[in-house]
Amino acid sequence: MSELVSTPDRELRDNDLDHSELSARLIGLWHTPSGWLGRLATVDHKVVGKRYILTAFAFLALGGILAVLMRLQLSGAERKLLSPDLYNQVFTMHGSTMMFLFAVPVMKAFAVYFVPLMVGTRNIAFPRLNAFSYWIFLFGGCFLWGSFLFNAGPDIGWFAYVPLSSLQFNPSKRADVWAQMITFTEVAALAVAVEIVVTVFKQRAVGMTLDRIPIYVWAMLVTAFLVLFAMPSVMIASTTLILDRLVNTHFYDTASGGNVLLWQHLFWFFGHPEVYIIFIPATGMVSMLVATFARRPVVGYTVIVLSLIATGFLSFGLWVHHMFATGLPQLGASMFTASSMLIAVPSGLQIFCWLATLWDGRPVYRTPLLFVLGFIAIFVLGGLSGVMVASVPIDMQVHDTYFVVAHFHYVLIGGAVFPLIGALYYWFPKITGRMLSERLGRWNFWLAFIGFNIGFFPMHILGLMGMPRRVYTYTPEMGWDHLNLLSSTGGVVFATSFVLLIFNVIHSLRRGELAGDNPWDASTLEWATSSPPPPYNFSRIPVVTHRDPLWADAGNLPVVAGLSVERREVLLSSVADAEPHTRESSPEPSIWPLLTAIATTIFFIGSIFTPWAVVWGTPPIAAALIGWFWPSGTKEDEE
Amino acid sequence: MRQTIVRSVNDLPTYGFGSQSGPWWGAMAFIALEGMGFAVAIAAYLYLYAVNPKWPISSAPPDLWPGTLETAIFLLSVIPNELTNRVAHRLDLRGVRIGLIVMSVIGVGLLVVRGFSFAHLNTRWDLDAYGSVVWFVLGLHTTHLATDVVDTIVLTILMFTRHATARRFSDVTDNAFYWNFVVIAWLPLYLLLDWIPRL
Amino acid sequence: MTSWLRLSLAIAGACVLASCTGWQSSFNAQAPQADEIRRLLLIFIAVSAVVWIGVMVVLFFGMLRRKRQNQQPLDLHEGFERRAGSVVLIAGLLTTVTVLALSFVSYGAQRTVFANEADPVTIKVTGHQWWWEVQYQADSPHLSFTTANEIRVPVGKPVTVELESADVIHSFWVPSLTGKMDLITGQRNSLQFTARTAGIYRGQCAEFCGIQHAHMAFTVRALPPDEYSRWRHHQNQGAASPGDPLGIRGEQLFRGRGCGLCHTIRGTLAGGQFGPDLTHVASRDTIAAGTLPKTSGNLAAWISDPQHIKPGNLMPKMALQSDEMIAIVHYLEQLQ
Repeated sequence: MSELVSTPDRELRDNDLDHSELSARLIGLWHTPSGWLGRLATVDHKVVGKRYILTAFAFLALGGILAVLMRLQLSGAERKLLSPDLYNQVFTMHGSTMMFLFAVPVMKAFAVYFVPLMVGTRNIAFPRLNAFSYWIFLFGGCFLWGSFLFNAGPDIGWFAYVPLSSLQFNPSKRADVWAQMITFTEVAALAVAVEIVVTVFKQRAVGMTLDRIPIYVWAMLVTAFLVLFAMPSVMIASTTLILDRLVNTHFYDTASGGNVLLWQHLFWFFGHPEVYIIFIPATGMVSMLVATFARRPVVGYTVIVLSLIATGFLSFGLWVHHMFATGLPQLGASMFTASSMLIAVPSGLQIFCWLATLWDGRPVYRTPLLFVLGFIAIFVLGGLSGVMVASVPIDMQVHDTYFVVAHFHYVLIGGAVFPLIGALYYWFPKITGRMLSERLGRWNFWLAFIGFNIGFFPMHILGLMGMPRRVYTYTPEMGWDHLNLLSSTGGVVFATSFVLLIFNVIHSLRRGELAGDNPWDASTLEWATSSPPPPYNFSRIPVVTHRDPLWADAGNLPVVAGLSVERREVLLSSVADAEPHTRESSPEPSIWPLLTAIATTIFFIGSIFTPWAVVWGTPPIAAALIGWFWPSGTKEDEE
Repeated sequence: MRQTIVRSVNDLPTYGFGSQSGPWWGAMAFIALEGMGFAVAIAAYLYLYAVNPKWPISSAPPDLWPGTLETAIFLLSVIPNELTNRVAHRLDLRGVRIGLIVMSVIGVGLLVVRGFSFAHLNTRWDLDAYGSVVWFVLGLHTTHLATDVVDTIVLTILMFTRHATARRFSDVTDNAFYWNFVVIAWLPLYLLLDWIPRL
Repeated sequence: MTSWLRLSLAIAGACVLASCTGWQSSFNAQAPQADEIRRLLLIFIAVSAVVWIGVMVVLFFGMLRRKRQNQQPLDLHEGFERRAGSVVLIAGLLTTVTVLALSFVSYGAQRTVFANEADPVTIKVTGHQWWWEVQYQADSPHLSFTTANEIRVPVGKPVTVELESADVIHSFWVPSLTGKMDLITGQRNSLQFTARTAGIYRGQCAEFCGIQHAHMAFTVRALPPDEYSRWRHHQNQGAASPGDPLGIRGEQLFRGRGCGLCHTIRGTLAGGQFGPDLTHVASRDTIAAGTLPKTSGNLAAWISDPQHIKPGNLMPKMALQSDEMIAIVHYLEQLQ
């Protein structure tokens, strides 16, 4: 068997190649083939990541349009812009789109693009799975929105409580569309989570020990674990719901031993970690931005990393605080009060670390930093109102009112979207090679900050004044008109800030200032390569000797040599101390992930209409998967 | 950016076994999420068990023999599985071929027994919540079982083609690793499905 | 800075003031349970305000203070790093203490809110898509009766509402009296409150329950005890027989057109269970679960096209001649 193990000595390595020849060979090896087939078959994490980011932002725009429609409908009592039926579809679509098609995917999308760059590798782990994940996400999102355009959009809330979502009370296909959209997006999310875990564990640059991992990468690692352990719960929930609707099972049918609170437990066991799946990546971004724009490393690296991990664990112990009004035993409920409030501690520690960093640093007031400052102001307020709703008696008043709407928009927009937009300004030059306009950026920030607060702060008061959520209108004698009008005005201003952002992106793509490799003089590895990065990311894999490699050794990058230039190779290293041990091949482009995604889509959509889709839908998926994994006989696969 | 070569990886191997290989970690991650899926399904079963005064709600418990037979085969299958794992580590092509054929046969056999398990659950998915959840839990495990059996068969075929290269042996060990997960996941389900209704 | 502070204080003050008004406001507390929650809310708001302002002040001064110049990013001062570490940890400890203290305060309030007093008036409320069935239960069945959407309770006496659902999940919420509690399919929940002052308190379904969730309101009217017993005695009677020919015609039409298949009017043959009990409909303030004030015009408008007023609700549109409509409305108006 010895011929199987020996490394072919004839293989050309990068040892003695000069820079230009090395680049030429690596481009030949790693580039995405031109032509439409090549584009569909690409497995470059940067190409897939860009598509992911763009698609997620497209869904943000769609969800945002729905938000504006709702604000117009609610700007006065008894408005007739949207019918109750349409309004219920619109708020369900808004919530589902923002949670499942924007917030979670966009965070994964940035990770798909940046985690491999930040850990210093040439592609994400399982790049074909990555391509598959994107297609599934795209098809699932299009399926949901296509259904909505044909008046089959779900109208049961993004939480789809049974029995309202059961066949008896929702006989159309609307609830099935919702349940199957969940399946699509969860499959996509789980796939990326697996890739991130393996990329961070095994593909870190030589010497990037655990205590040298950039905080953003830590945040994405924790997030990936949250996805792995939270998403199965909602997949089981949506599957059992669709089984109840399709083949007459009785999971949620109280007449046959089913139970409606089971749904709420399954949904919120996922639904609360979900908030942190969105928020933790954002805190990772904040840590990067704070370090770069305060011109010093973040204070308390260890504290922040431990806080991220603690947040991850605690997030699984809070789900019941969404169910305080369901008549659970009192003592049990109050335990969840304590655990829900305690999660403020790790979040608080992170805030304190950032404050200390800004205190000592020499802040550079560019747009990304403005968004970080806006984030701190808004998120702290949202966190505090979160402590309020963790209290059982307070929650009994404000649960399902506009107070809660205000609270989670402060947390999700303040806590996640502001850092995200800041990160977009920060990383845009790396992705495109051009800077976003600073002047437009300032306008963008102030419009967003002011519009957001005018839009959402009054909702706290409306909630305390008794306005419930998810109402398509209210009667004039309730006295809610003025605050609602104010809120709608703020909402429109906030929406305008996004129009400005889109304009800035389009404008800067063509006319933006050229960025260079490291326009912000930042410290992490993604800035060690060109902007935009070449298909192979790094011509030689970096060796990391410091937590802030580009600050520690300015202008000089220690690297390794000895990788093949005849087949796609990535370096695997040990989990704890990042000692390299294997030169593993990385997959070539393949059309099979797309074909598998198409087969899966047919399976998922078909099974809404007939259970037999499970029977005739499975063989094509199996065939596509075999095609995907069948070795092509090329050097990459055979070695 | 100026680069200084400080280290050479010329001598590193191009594949590894177990935790030295990327796919093994991928399998670990999938096992984690699928294990979580089983945990949630078990929790849902126990929740319905707790809220219903009578369990099974309106039927007899499943017949014991198919589940018990499955458990026995699963436990015994660990032995040929481990042997296959070892010969794969030794890059012994003939041994791997035999091992994979044995594991494929065991897998297909288990799928047949699984069919009897369904037939002897003594309830239907649309009878009541008990029937729904036992069919669901058993169905969930069956998808894992079937997936691994198909994977094993494909690998077996591969080992008889020109693709039977060094890397494939690493795939064989990962497949053996995943089989152990399918076995371990079954054990609590056996207690859950066959014995809880008899409490 | 001070202007910011003033502004935020002014906003906070305005919020509290604004929330005090309104007949569905958590701050317009009219029962010990709601008082307790309001007290808790104020404590939490105060603590939150202090924390938020504290963070903003630190951030503001931290950004503006004089910095060392021309420093390399990694040129750190050992002393600052150590002090910063301690400060962060102390702040974290303070956060822990604060949230634990708040948990205890919250738990105390929770015990008060849920402290059930003995010998309450028990009212069973069943949620329907999109109205409330209200049953007053007494020891003898002939003292029990059913009404809809308007609940009357005696001042100063504990009232327990038992909550069930006839279809999907709803939530019973009267902010002036106490917090909300869900009406869950296949489960019975309960909630107790004691109205302190006479008055009308509005409530509204707080769990999304379908197309007309927005129009599922109700009122709780707290009455002095003697007035309450008079009302209860009156409600216990069957419906008044119509006294004039038009009313008699209305009653016949009510039955003949099938209204009685869904609605009950006690003392007549109308005994349907799908819609609200109309035995004393004329004594109510509103129709269609708090959607419209109960006037003759609104009654006629509602009966002639309920789908226009509350699209998607379960009451079908009846094809009635205008004289038939007049008769039915006239009849209903007599059901005092």
